[in-house]
Formats: sequence, structure tokens, C-alpha cells
Amino acid sequence: MSYAKLRGEPIPGTYIFDGEAAMKGYALNKMCYSFNSAANREEFLKDEDAYCHKFGLTDEQRQAIRDKNVLGCLRAGGNIYYLAKFTGIFRLSVQDLGAQQTGRTVDEFKAFIKSQA
Amino acid sequence: MAQITGGLTTSHIPAIGGAVPREDALRSDPYWKPFFDGYEKAREWLHAQNPDVAVVIYNDHGLNFFLDKLPTFAIGAAFEYRHDDEGWGIPTIPPFHGDPELSWHIINSVSAEDFDLTTCQEMKVDHGFTVPMSLFWKGNTYWDVKTIPVCINTVQHPLPSPARCYKLGQAIGRAIESYPKDLKVVVLGTGGMSHQLDGERAGFINKKFDQWCIEKIVDDPEALAAISMHDLVKEAGAQGAELILWLTMRGALSTKVKKIHSNYHVAISNTATGLVVLENVA
Repeated sequence: MSYAKLRGEPIPGTYIFDGEAAMKGYALNKMCYSFNSAANREEFLKDEDAYCHKFGLTDEQRQAIRDKNVLGCLRAGGNIYYLAKFTGIFRLSVQDLGAQQTGRTVDEFKAFIKSQA
Repeated sequence: MAQITGGLTTSHIPAIGGAVPREDALRSDPYWKPFFDGYEKAREWLHAQNPDVAVVIYNDHGLNFFLDKLPTFAIGAAFEYRHDDEGWGIPTIPPFHGDPELSWHIINSVSAEDFDLTTCQEMKVDHGFTVPMSLFWKGNTYWDVKTIPVCINTVQHPLPSPARCYKLGQAIGRAIESYPKDLKVVVLGTGGMSHQLDGERAGFINKKFDQWCIEKIVDDPEALAAISMHDLVKEAGAQGAELILWLTMRGALSTKVKKIHSNYHVAISNTATGLVVLENVA
């Protein structure tokens, strides 16, 4: 797990997207940014391997995309705002992503949010 | 002279963008009712103000800007701003009119105070901008208001500090009020409140901190400006850092303001929602 390099104690479970992450994740984020365009989303769905290759994803990034593994994408330098455009292709909401990252079902995750009201 | 009549803050969660066209039906839905109920008073106040211009302080989530060129502070200086496909299905809404003459006045004025803005003659605006406009101008009835988008980086650290954003807001406020045309201006600060989308801490909400922010933004914004970015991320969640957008808005208002209305609700999607309406006190 990578932790905050902001000044202060690390914040558990929090990935700070700083320069180091931005450099590490550039190819992955660039691909996800391309999904603003419907034509690019279609191209990805048609041939995922070719599309990932075009952007030069690392093996780690390629695997995380293959698995739709959000924490894996974050560890590979992904930024959640761009990743949301990737997961949006599969109609996954931020609540689906929250559930996946916290090891809860979606209903459990929604209940957890509500419990903080 | 141009006059700032007040400011509004609101969350800009994408799910709201999908719900806004169905607001009347959703008013009886227990999930949406406590959220939408908060906006009646805000719209009443806004329509009574009948502003000529809305300056919208927001953050881009990867529609207009990418990491190849990522400005800390950017401002639109265009005749028109368009929403576009953001990749995950938010309905796009009609274009917004700009006021490039006022944009350049702001650019020149804040530059003289050492704030160097990235100037954009073309700029797509994403849900950080469009959702609040749709919420406050129900039915997307914003055609007779001109807009000025001010975009602040919340994507890649280092983000500008709360103190820096508050000072930028103050400089923007002075810029607007030194504009020679008789215009009524409102300032929107969008985003927040506490939420975290990524990491094992996803779903984090901090009601106590949010309510403290809603209280302080009225009479003691300096207390918010004194928070470090680290503490803000810790207390409000990774994306709760959007509070800097509220604080920029507050900086543009008068030192003393009158609170017209506020609303707080946990939660829509993964986010605690907050709405505050502040009127300038001459």
C-alpha cells in the first residue's frame, strides 16, 4: 500500500495521487482519459489487448485492467477520476467500486455509508 | 460598478446530474427528498437576486484537463462553454454563455496581485460545473446568465492549500467589484462535502467535520483557511479536499455575510451533501 507523502501522519487506506503516482500511472490514466470518447470505448471493447498495447500499459496495469481491480489500478498509479471512465464502460458506479475496495457487498457498502449519517 | 450579491455552495455528485431531470417525481422518493428539499430556498433567493453573471469555482475530473498539462488555477475566457460525454453516462446539457471581457478583467486584476491563472479560450466544463448550474437553474434555465468557470486542481497533489485558495477568492472578489459595468454577480463554489471514492477507506464520511465547516464558512472562514491539506484529506476524505472550492467562493464575498439557508444530508451516492447560501453584507 502506498501512503500519503503529504506532511503529517500517513492516512490509512488513502492513496495520495502525487507526482510519483502520476508518473507511474501515466499510461494507464491516459488510456482511461481516452474513454471520454464513445468511439474509444467501443474500440477498447472490440479488442482490449490491442487497445491496452496502444497505450503501453505495464504488466501490472494490464493485469489490474483485466481484473477490473480498482485497488490494483490505484497501486499501479491509477487516479480514481480517470479510472471511473474505465469502470463506467461496464456501468459500475462509485458504490460498486467502494464495495469492491472495502470487501463489502454493494448493499453492505450502502449501509455503511448510511451508518455515518 | 459590478457588485457581488452573494454566494452559493453545493455538492456536484454525478448521480445528481442523472436525477435532476426527474426531480419532481423524485421529490416523493425517500432517497432524494431530503436532498432536493434543500434547494427550494436557494432557488428563491437566487431568482430574487436575478444575477447577470455566475462565477463558478469548480474542479475538472478529467474532461477538459489531463495530466499532460494540468493547471493549478485555470479560468475560462470564452463566449461559450460546453458540457460533453464524460464517459460514464451523465446526460449532457445545453451550452453556457461566457463573458470573456469580464474574464480578462479578472485575469488582469488577479495577475496584479500575483495570481497567475491559466487562460482558456476553449474549455469543456464537466459535472463539477454543470450539476450545480442545473440544480440552481431548474430545467437548465440559465440562458440569460453569463458564466465564468474557474477551475482548481484537485486531481494531482500538490493541491493548492486552503489558505491559498481563500486568498485567490479574495483577489477574485476585488477584481469583480472593480469592474466598471453595472452587473450583479453571484459566486458558486461547488463540490464536497466529506467523501472518499478510492482506497480501503472508500465510503468515509465525517458528519461532525462537515457541520463544523458549514458553521465556519459563514462567520469564520479563516478557521477553514488555516487547515493544512493533509488534515483536510484526513478529515474530509480524499475527495473532500474539494472544500477548497467552497473556500475560494467565500473569499470572494464580503467579510461579513448573512446566511440565508443551509442544508446537509448523508448521503447521495458516496458523498455527504452540503448546500449553503450566503448574502453579501455591504
